[in-house]
Amino acid sequence: MKRKLEISELIFKIISYTLLTVFALACLYPFVYAISAAVSGRSAVEYGQIVLFPKDVQFDAFKRMFSDNMFWNAYSNTLFITFYGTVWALLYSILGAYALSKRRLLFRKFFNFFLVFTMWFAAGIVPQYLNYLDTQKVFMSVGITDDKWLVVIAMGMAAMNIILLRNAFEGVPSEIEEAAIVDGASEFQVLSKVYLPMSKSTIATVALFFGISRWNGYFWARQMISNSNEHPLQVFIRLRLEEFTDAEAMAGWNQPYASDSVIYALIVCSIVPILIIYPFIQKYFAKGTNVGGVKE
Amino acid sequence: MKAKAADFLIYDEATDSYRENPEQAVRDDVEKHYWLHVGRTILKDWRLYIMLIPMLLVFLFWRYFPMYELLGCFKVSDEVLPVSQQLFSGFSYFKRLLVGGDDLSREFWRAMRNTFILSFYGLCFGFPMPIILALFFNEIKSNIARSVYQVLTYLPKFMSTVVMTSLVVMLVKQGSLTSGMGIVSQALASLGWVSQDVANSGLLNNPAFFRPVYIISGIWEGAGYDSIVFFAAIIAISPTSYEAAQIDGAGKMAQMRYVVLPSILSTIVIMLITRIGSLLNIGYEKVLLLYNTSTYVTADVVSTFAQRYGLAGAAKGIASAAEMMNNVVGMLLVIGANTIARKASDVSLY
Repeated sequence: MKRKLEISELIFKIISYTLLTVFALACLYPFVYAISAAVSGRSAVEYGQIVLFPKDVQFDAFKRMFSDNMFWNAYSNTLFITFYGTVWALLYSILGAYALSKRRLLFRKFFNFFLVFTMWFAAGIVPQYLNYLDTQKVFMSVGITDDKWLVVIAMGMAAMNIILLRNAFEGVPSEIEEAAIVDGASEFQVLSKVYLPMSKSTIATVALFFGISRWNGYFWARQMISNSNEHPLQVFIRLRLEEFTDAEAMAGWNQPYASDSVIYALIVCSIVPILIIYPFIQKYFAKGTNVGGVKE
Repeated sequence: MKAKAADFLIYDEATDSYRENPEQAVRDDVEKHYWLHVGRTILKDWRLYIMLIPMLLVFLFWRYFPMYELLGCFKVSDEVLPVSQQLFSGFSYFKRLLVGGDDLSREFWRAMRNTFILSFYGLCFGFPMPIILALFFNEIKSNIARSVYQVLTYLPKFMSTVVMTSLVVMLVKQGSLTSGMGIVSQALASLGWVSQDVANSGLLNNPAFFRPVYIISGIWEGAGYDSIVFFAAIIAISPTSYEAAQIDGAGKMAQMRYVVLPSILSTIVIMLITRIGSLLNIGYEKVLLLYNTSTYVTADVVSTFAQRYGLAGAAKGIASAAEMMNNVVGMLLVIGANTIARKASDVSLY
């Protein structure tokens, strides 16, 4: 009896470890390959000799990219959009969520529905596009000509994040708020001195969700930003990938690196900042999904 | 003491709602000047309503105004005039798409079918993977080893869609053995899983391979991250449950069947319903970044159809009508799924 138990558990353990290892390596491999292909010599890449480790190491593909002003431009545009976009979205989301968490708010059910309905029904790409065109005109007329501000202000709202915040605020014990009011705190002080400190981790999670979606934003940035100096990194990468076939056919391609390596170098450069902050943000990410799972 | 008129509504803890102040004087007054009293109640808490305004405006401008623009699907498309001044055209676009009988209609139906097929496959193959991963994570008793595995499998989730698709495009790229063929197509060809010709012409240029590439890259990207929820449910199971099952002579499979599965069933059901609810909300960005003219047959979904005709082309009315149908079906799925979730588990998703 005892023996049988051990065998079935052992087999399952072996299967788990094997398949997990395979899957984990499959998750890791493309990154390792991208790095290797970015720093390998031209013939090694073109003849498909790179499997895991780089061959005939060169850094010219990286050098070429770092010397490209458009690359740095795109990077700074992405940082701009991510920073201001997150701050703006957090600002109205926190204020709105705070008001929504108050039971004494009149028409509270209506406001909640107003928010939740946008999760059920989205107008779609074409109406959204027409709307952004109008917004662009309005922004132009008040002197905002930089389309980055359009991306920052008019995009990236998420009802789900506001609901996460609202739930967190509702979880703050009302006695603490009452104590603060007795001490003479105003509405804004109650929010900033009581609610914000007490729901720090949810705010961090929501900020992370906003930030990641801003960093990754592509489609609307490409549709709405016509000036290539204002393109964020994601649009820059995609345009490079689309031009890539032309570059490959370019006559007199006479470099020590393959044209593939440039794309891989670009991919590596866009992942590295994420990888650097990854260990710090990972716990908030895990928390966010749990919060999302046990809503009531 | 004379009741203050502003207090015509009293908050009732028990029912979590307002009821009117029972004092007759107040009640009469309220009946006469309802909106005046609403105004006074708002004035008393004006800071709260000020806080609400930015959020309401943002959603009004960029979520609700587009819904108004969506009315363009009932109007004769005219680029110059605003929607309100365009001529009403009834359901002509819908008719054209649904029963037009021409190429456009066939293309729309193809897009509709592809949307369903792609999301259905995504559900069938993508949904069980995170659960299986979570079960496997549970087998690793060492915390450090498990964290390493988890961190590695979450990793692809942190890439943007653009970077992820760029990587996929590069890995299955066309070419020959001497001109930088993608490493994955190369490997598949040498394993004999795909023919050399197919690999040379690039997997993403072949309609038969779009769906597998789309689904597998989706699993690769999301399975690790999606397993977090299930893993949290599994580690919440008390060790004594396993011990009791072991004493009763349950092997590993029996423990899975009678201990683990019942404990995480509610999580599975909730996640499944969420997935079904967003079935038609297929990530058009990813399709757009992976497809090309040679794979429209299997890859074109309603959103990309609308994008092609409405944004790249000028058939805004047709495109809006297509999206309208997709969105309405999608909304019915969400509301249906949510109703079922509420009935089945007392957990409403919204």
